[in-house]
Amino acid sequence: MDESGAPAIQVDPSELHTHGHIEHSKKVFELNKVSVYYGDSKAVSDVSLDIYHRNITALIGPSGCGKSTLLRSLNRMNDLIPGARVEGEVFYHESNLYDRKVNPVQVRKLIGMVFQKPNPFPKSIYENVAFGPKSLGMKDDMDDIVEQALRDAALWDEVKDRLHTNAYGMSGGQQQRLCIARAIATQPEVILMDEPCSALDPVSTGKIEDLMLELKRNYSIVIVTHNMQQAARVSDMTALLMVELDSDEHNRWGEVIEYDDTNKIFTNPRDPRTDQYVSGRIG
Amino acid sequence: MVTNEKTPRTGRTRLAVAGARAGSVSVFGKSSPGERAGSVLFPAVLLLALTLALTGLASLLVWSFVKGYPRLDANLIFNAPSTLFPATAGFRPAILGTLYIIAGVIVLIVPLGVGAAIYLEEYANRERWYNRLIELNIQNLAGVPSIVFGILGLAFIVRGPLDLGFIAASASITLALLVLPTVILAAREAIRAVPPSIREGSLALGATQWQTLSRQVLPASTPGILTGVILAISRAIGEAAPLLMIGAVTFVMFDPSFFSGGYTALPVQIYNYAVRPQEEFRNLAAAGIIVMLAVLLLMNSFAVWLRNRYEQRW
Amino acid sequence: MPTSTTDAPGAGASQRRPLGASSPRYGERIIKAFLALCAGLSVVVTIAIVISLVAPTIGFFQKVPITEFLFGTKWSPGFGEQSSYGVLPTVVATLDIVAVSLLVAVPIGLLSAFYLSEYAHPRVRRVVKPMLEVLGGIPTVAIGLFALMFLRPLAAKLLPFLGWDSIFSFGVAGVAVGLMVVPLVSSVSEDAMRSVPRGLREGAYALGASKMRVSVRVVFPAAISGIVAAIVLATSRAIGETMVVLIAAGATSQIVPPWDVTEPVQTMTAFIGSTATGDIATGTITYNTIFAVGTLLFVMTLSMNMLAMHLVRRFREVYE
Repeated sequence: MDESGAPAIQVDPSELHTHGHIEHSKKVFELNKVSVYYGDSKAVSDVSLDIYHRNITALIGPSGCGKSTLLRSLNRMNDLIPGARVEGEVFYHESNLYDRKVNPVQVRKLIGMVFQKPNPFPKSIYENVAFGPKSLGMKDDMDDIVEQALRDAALWDEVKDRLHTNAYGMSGGQQQRLCIARAIATQPEVILMDEPCSALDPVSTGKIEDLMLELKRNYSIVIVTHNMQQAARVSDMTALLMVELDSDEHNRWGEVIEYDDTNKIFTNPRDPRTDQYVSGRIG
Repeated sequence: MVTNEKTPRTGRTRLAVAGARAGSVSVFGKSSPGERAGSVLFPAVLLLALTLALTGLASLLVWSFVKGYPRLDANLIFNAPSTLFPATAGFRPAILGTLYIIAGVIVLIVPLGVGAAIYLEEYANRERWYNRLIELNIQNLAGVPSIVFGILGLAFIVRGPLDLGFIAASASITLALLVLPTVILAAREAIRAVPPSIREGSLALGATQWQTLSRQVLPASTPGILTGVILAISRAIGEAAPLLMIGAVTFVMFDPSFFSGGYTALPVQIYNYAVRPQEEFRNLAAAGIIVMLAVLLLMNSFAVWLRNRYEQRW
Repeated sequence: MPTSTTDAPGAGASQRRPLGASSPRYGERIIKAFLALCAGLSVVVTIAIVISLVAPTIGFFQKVPITEFLFGTKWSPGFGEQSSYGVLPTVVATLDIVAVSLLVAVPIGLLSAFYLSEYAHPRVRRVVKPMLEVLGGIPTVAIGLFALMFLRPLAAKLLPFLGWDSIFSFGVAGVAVGLMVVPLVSSVSEDAMRSVPRGLREGAYALGASKMRVSVRVVFPAAISGIVAAIVLATSRAIGETMVVLIAAGATSQIVPPWDVTEPVQTMTAFIGSTATGDIATGTITYNTIFAVGTLLFVMTLSMNMLAMHLVRRFREVYE
């Protein structure tokens, strides 16, 4: 739309500056009337919101409200689902991710993702981390990349003596941190997390939450969670999605009903439904 | 009808209670004779059927061993066949021929079978009619009688468009086409067993589809694919009917080559001996069967071992 | 790069990577094209089979009227002017083999499947199923020789009152073919039985039904389309089986009713197998005869396979 004629869209890093963490000066994503369809049925309707640089943005809502679907539209993972279709515009910095010229593979290199269930590859810990950088053709010293990524994911001390053992021998929480290490090894700008703690015990969940707050210094994080306390603990901004029904209750889809500072969402929301949801009365 | 403890029981209620008792005895206690007989006899009949099938297998193995045992010697493997001296005749050219043919089969079925399986599992959009056609077609080919592949080999490969002549390479191509559906179906299953989360994980790291396939999906499904390839090869080793039609039946006394000259294969040589009226030749055929069964058993055990040892559990 | 933030791992080089097409997308396309070609080969093979069957068959029917071929009762090709081309004897012979083999394979295979699906301990299943698979993988030439040298004398000893004039007998060959297709019948019907949902069984047990009743009255009807598919597939395999009948059923072309089990017959496959072994010149009527019979064989097995696939799809659709 905007960058008419430019084959490759570039972002000058010197434009990026952060002073304080909650200062919403810099946008990473700008969603403009985004709707996602699976076949003929609409899953998410008409979402417009901005996601800010080096913030943790939480998407919360009852199950089936389309929060994961919305998250997956941010790095074009929905492309992999047959019949899935996105309408509207998702601007990543200045470029629309759904522009015809955009290569989804490139998008995913810049916007990493961590899934609900830890999904390490059935290979060694080292190979799990090195896979991404190798696919990108990074020429730097692989050992350094792996070590740095594992350190950043707060996993290095636990695994440095068994880097070449199979990742399936790790605990669930370690596997999930390995998946985070794997995602940051490719040096993305954004990390999308789809209910990253839902399969984990409270101790592992705490570790991942600490890790997210740590990673926030260098990455923008968007997290989907069904756990409101988690959203309140870690996120700067929160969007609440709700299920809407049409008049004859045949079709149902998700809509963002409120998006604001997390503090405001949890203490002084505008929409009465938000108040009811965060206080546990509906949803 | 409301009755309470105090009212004396009428004849009808007594009868009803007795009836109910009898009913529950029949339910919880002894069953009727017919049902008892059924619960013993029925599984016994089922087991008998299974035993019959396994007896058939066992008697075939024992029979071939008893008949062939006297001829299990080095001559069997290393001597050329003979129509005159059954006591020393062997299978040498046939064994070599089978080795050549199977080598050719492997070279053909691994890339073609795995390639087709990858396409159907990972690339093909099932909404498209041509992809559904390919799928249907592969299932159908799996059921075409092997002798029809012999006709294809004769009319299309030995003669006709390819015109390769009666050589081992023709046999390789014919048998490869015959077992290709087996390989494709097995490889598809192995590829499908890799959970989608692995693909998503890889793609989310910015890997391309082919990088995801070649570095994650294929390595994880290799044991399953190999098992399918081994099963296909063991079928190709035992297949005689199509080879009859494409020249393997000639009596070859010399070591064959792949691209020229006559050739034969182990099962065809066995057939050749089997149809001779003399008992000695038939015993020689039985000895050949032992060799073939030993090879097949070895391969099958290897496949089972491979599956148990390397199969990834998700 | 003036600002310090770019030193961070997350914000550095990555942001200058373009979003557009820079990766080798041509390579990906070439790979996809190659893989599609591999898959498409199967269609080419089918077309090649049809072409190689049809062309000589047309040549055959230019010499022999189609009515004589389909309804003639005398089959003696390859005798020059005295030849006659009535395919019925070979078709009837094939059906004789099918009848005997189904008589063996259906009860044994079906009952085994019941046992494995409803009664067998999982450990027994783990041992027995591979054994059945081994039986299914025995080369047919071995089964043929086993029929000729073991089953035939055994049958003559057990049933001496039948006239065993020839060493070849379609009854013995049919039993051997039946044994060969038992694993096919049992595995396909066991699949169908096991895909009957637990809930259906438990519902019947909750009504106090015995295990036998559940097997016969609940599982069997629910799995019927899969069981029929198994029988149809077995029929198709028996029609197409070559080596066993070539070795054990003889080469006598005659029309025999299925109860004269001691008679030698020549099936369609046996005719093709034995005629094609000689080096026959292309284009002669004898050469074309092979293809005419082959076409008939192909049509018969193809239609049976399509029917079986349709039935299997039906039980998959119902329960999966």
